[in-house]
Amino acid sequence: MADFDAIVVGSGCAGSVAAYELAKAGKAVLVVERGNYAGAKNMTGGRIYAHSLKKVFPDFEQNAPIERRIVHERISMMSPDANFTVDFTSDEMGKEGQDSYAVLRGSFDQWLAEQAENEGAEYIYGIAIEELLKDDSGKVVGVKAGEDEITAEVVLLCDGVNSLLTDQAVGAKRPPAHALAVGVKQTIELPANVITDRVLAGSDDEGAAWLFAGDCTKGTFGGGFMYTNKESISLGVVAGIEATANHGKAPVYQMLEDLKNHPAVAPLIKGGKVVEHSGHMVPEGGINIMPEVVGDGVLLAGDCAMMCINLGYMVRGMDFAVAAGQMAGQCAAKAIDAGDTSKAGLAPYKTALENSFVLKDLKQFKAVPDFMENFERMFCGYPEMIRDAMNTMFIVDGTPVQPMKKSMMPIVKQVGIMNLLKDVRGAMKAL
Amino acid sequence: MSDMKITVNVDEYLAINKYEVDESNAHIELVDDPSDAEFDKLIRVCPAALYKRDDEGAKTFDYAGCLECGTCRIACGDTIIKKWEYPQPTMGVEYRFG
Repeated sequence: MADFDAIVVGSGCAGSVAAYELAKAGKAVLVVERGNYAGAKNMTGGRIYAHSLKKVFPDFEQNAPIERRIVHERISMMSPDANFTVDFTSDEMGKEGQDSYAVLRGSFDQWLAEQAENEGAEYIYGIAIEELLKDDSGKVVGVKAGEDEITAEVVLLCDGVNSLLTDQAVGAKRPPAHALAVGVKQTIELPANVITDRVLAGSDDEGAAWLFAGDCTKGTFGGGFMYTNKESISLGVVAGIEATANHGKAPVYQMLEDLKNHPAVAPLIKGGKVVEHSGHMVPEGGINIMPEVVGDGVLLAGDCAMMCINLGYMVRGMDFAVAAGQMAGQCAAKAIDAGDTSKAGLAPYKTALENSFVLKDLKQFKAVPDFMENFERMFCGYPEMIRDAMNTMFIVDGTPVQPMKKSMMPIVKQVGIMNLLKDVRGAMKAL
Repeated sequence: MSDMKITVNVDEYLAINKYEVDESNAHIELVDDPSDAEFDKLIRVCPAALYKRDDEGAKTFDYAGCLECGTCRIACGDTIIKKWEYPQPTMGVEYRFG
């Protein structure tokens, strides 16, 4: 007889939702979290697309510590001395099931854990699992926590992008440096009304998401981001690890510092107080580096299974984690009921993922990571081209104007018309 | 690394963070005499600026301000990172905002 029906390792979006579902199904579930509280080791950019959260917690808008609903999408091409921004807002973005919110994981993850605990899940904090317990056949039958061995019918790994356990669970090798990015972020405190005004939001409950490409990473693979919280701004840089390690023109923290000082960003955070400096990896390789999500006695959900996509104009991870956590919890509960938590018994989890947006979306954008990594002109070339074109368009200095075609062609030719066509075609194909 | 202009002192930012530093146990260890090229990779990718070189090029590494992101493990896990573990129970960084 096992100590618990299920053990969940990690108390992030996937872990707490899985534990919630298991507890709701009447299972004895233990969540082991290495932080002193849920979220203590977690970090996001970040924004959560709410659709999957809504399915688990229909009233989350009233109860969850979400920050601001995103009502402005901004994307920018940044050169050292200029910045070109597209700003989009629409009523559609606010509709139920289509809405998204800035979140801070310290508070958000504690709320998620509370929901699982209220359903009866047990939590232990401050313990890192270093080893999975296996029986003679190699089936995962529990975890080793310090000196203690705790057994369960099934173990759910939800321990994040830098999991040291997926190798033991399903033989997943350490992901390659080209498939992961490093994020560095500062949380910058400002009065709520100042944030509202600066991002042109309608109220203190609304805010903006802003992604940057170009000078924010000094021209190498990556980008900048900004999300509005209630009384702080999350500002950061995400940079491809391999690209930055091999030919980054500055360390990632210096990229962030320079982004903060860029004339397009500095006014936004003026007078703000840095209250946290954080770092985290992003599994941008997505499905290309996804390990087996089911093993004998074990399931993987969230970042540890590389459930993430970065399209340049959109970054997703938490909505996948919530949905995968829900499916993992439900499928694990059914497998326990059926008395079969072998790899075959847990296989319905993989089928559920395949039939849902999680694996469908990840598959749809399968080619994107490779395209983005080699989309060098997006990070150095196009931002400068746009700058020159916009300078030509907007500046009046008294010299007689040229026909638009004549003034624009030399600018486009610097990048190369064939290159431009090639990139457009590549983007169309990947997206 | 002399070609890189570093104007920011990340240690000042790290001082704002909440840590419980495990003085008795380094959770990350480098090989003896790490190569310049590999070390410089970590200077570029570590978000906490734990990997540093002084004006003479001498290398220093201090795990105390680690953000536990694992980037150095991914970048140099096969080369100069000899050991990468999570800090001992209740130790390390504690995000209040995240």
